[in-house]
Amino acid sequence: MAVAQHSISADTPAVGGTTRARPKSPGRIPKGLTFLATAIIVMILAAILTAIVHGGVETVSWEFISQPPEQGMEAGGIFPAIFGTVALVILMVICGVPIGVLTAIYLQEYTSPDSKTTRLIRLAITNLAGVPSIVFGLFGLGFFVGFVGSGMDTILGYSGRPVWGQPAIIWAALTLAVLTLPVVIISTEEALRAIPRELKDASYALGVTKLQTIRRVILPEAMPGIFTGAILAVSRGAGEVAPIMFTGAAYYLPYLPHKLNDQFMELGYHVYVMATQSPNIERTEPILFGTVLVLLVLTFLLNLVAIVIRSRMRIRRVSG
Amino acid sequence: MSVDNQVIAMRALDVPAAADGNTNNDRVPKMVVRRLNFFYGAAQAVYDVSMDIAENRVTALIGPSGCGKSTFLRTLNRMNETIPGTRREGIVLLDGVDIYRQIRDVSTVRTRVGMVFQKSNPFPKSVYDNVAYGLRVNGVGDPSIVKPAVEDALKRAFLWDEVKDKLNTNAYMLSGGQQQRLCIARALAVWPEVLLMDEPASALDPLSTSKIEDLIAELKKNYTIVIVTHNMQQAARVSDYTAFFYEGRMVEFGRTKDIFTKPAHKQTEDYITGRFG
Repeated sequence: MAVAQHSISADTPAVGGTTRARPKSPGRIPKGLTFLATAIIVMILAAILTAIVHGGVETVSWEFISQPPEQGMEAGGIFPAIFGTVALVILMVICGVPIGVLTAIYLQEYTSPDSKTTRLIRLAITNLAGVPSIVFGLFGLGFFVGFVGSGMDTILGYSGRPVWGQPAIIWAALTLAVLTLPVVIISTEEALRAIPRELKDASYALGVTKLQTIRRVILPEAMPGIFTGAILAVSRGAGEVAPIMFTGAAYYLPYLPHKLNDQFMELGYHVYVMATQSPNIERTEPILFGTVLVLLVLTFLLNLVAIVIRSRMRIRRVSG
Repeated sequence: MSVDNQVIAMRALDVPAAADGNTNNDRVPKMVVRRLNFFYGAAQAVYDVSMDIAENRVTALIGPSGCGKSTFLRTLNRMNETIPGTRREGIVLLDGVDIYRQIRDVSTVRTRVGMVFQKSNPFPKSVYDNVAYGLRVNGVGDPSIVKPAVEDALKRAFLWDEVKDKLNTNAYMLSGGQQQRLCIARALAVWPEVLLMDEPASALDPLSTSKIEDLIAELKKNYTIVIVTHNMQQAARVSDYTAFFYEGRMVEFGRTKDIFTKPAHKQTEDYITGRFG
């Protein structure tokens, strides 16, 4: 405490508090610095995009995105990985978003925001967001595959080859759902917090119960915020490799996943195996770039769809 | 039956029926408040207020900001219960029935005692859906009932002629005064008996304000109205009874013309003549 006060007190020569040459035109240097920082960011993004587009644009064709890999993945397309990624993300949203939204409603509408429990829960959520994704992967393997899956096999009486107690798309989706929960919770909470008190009062004053007020006033009002959360979750989830590598992603599969306990191919994981496991880097490099480009475009497209839906909802709410 | 209840409740409390002996004697009050105390956490906001609210009359609550009049108003339909960490003591009767102890379902209280707020707060829905909201949520979804009810509520709020051609436009497209009358229509649609108004015209221009005041004069034929206002002239114009609140206490309560012409307390006189507040 004393230390903290010391370092912020004005008359103490703290870091950077030593004599400085006064700039001749105040404002120019801060502006220059902030511009430089912005320029660096933009240039890095441009460099990444240029490299990916340049390297991948020749590979990407209709065949590339509609055909399965061939010749030990040194030729052919990446359709199963695209399919697996989309399926994974959809499953993740279905599993994760409702839980996140309900949690946010509980925190925002049913607990007093300053109570110890609420603050503890919020701290837990913030910490969950800071856990490295590989830890989620191991958690998913241990909990979903090892505990839930194997438990289901035992209860359902499957002996011999595991049916549920093995890596599968549902476990990978659940792992990703847990990983992206904080994003959903935090953006939903922000949306709920932004709803004016007067709107809720109007509903309560008409004798409407809390549950119905949530359903008819609060949730519709918060929908754009919930969508933002889902968008962020999708962007994050679609690019993660570590959480799915133990829980369901496969190096190569001759078929598309069609059951919840199937394994699946995924774009991010595909990039990872192509970059690290390929016996012939030169031959697979174009495929690698092509896959990255597709992953990027797919993420952008998913975002775009969600943003369009969200802005449509806004328009409808204002004009209808 | 309601009268009996009331008498019993009052005897139990050993409080005279008319707090200062100057309330109306001509009829049974619509609402009766006895020894009401209200706390935000440890801070007391309302001290020991007793009041009879006359049926089909307008009762105005006046007093400087923070004097507890809005808080008091919100205890009359249990809106105070939406704020966590608050506590209430005392009795509020509606037609002789204790709204805190004898009416379990808060929805019943709030549909019978409606409320209009300082800032107009329509839902981001169409004009029609705003008015229909209370009915629909309370289980009345049949358009053959809802439609005439919406029209009726809008007419009673003096808004029908202005919005009958734009029932499907968003409520936010209306002017401020229209939005406030829409909120009144929304409250009227569920057929309340009492209407609480928390500074309903404080954010409106003079023309819209006078429309609201005309509306109040018309509404009191069918409703009991309690209005909080900062505007002395407004209280004098629209109300039959006036209560002056100061620092959480009800200093004086009586017929409006008495309060404004010969106030009994120095504080009341100072306030209504503009010496403080």
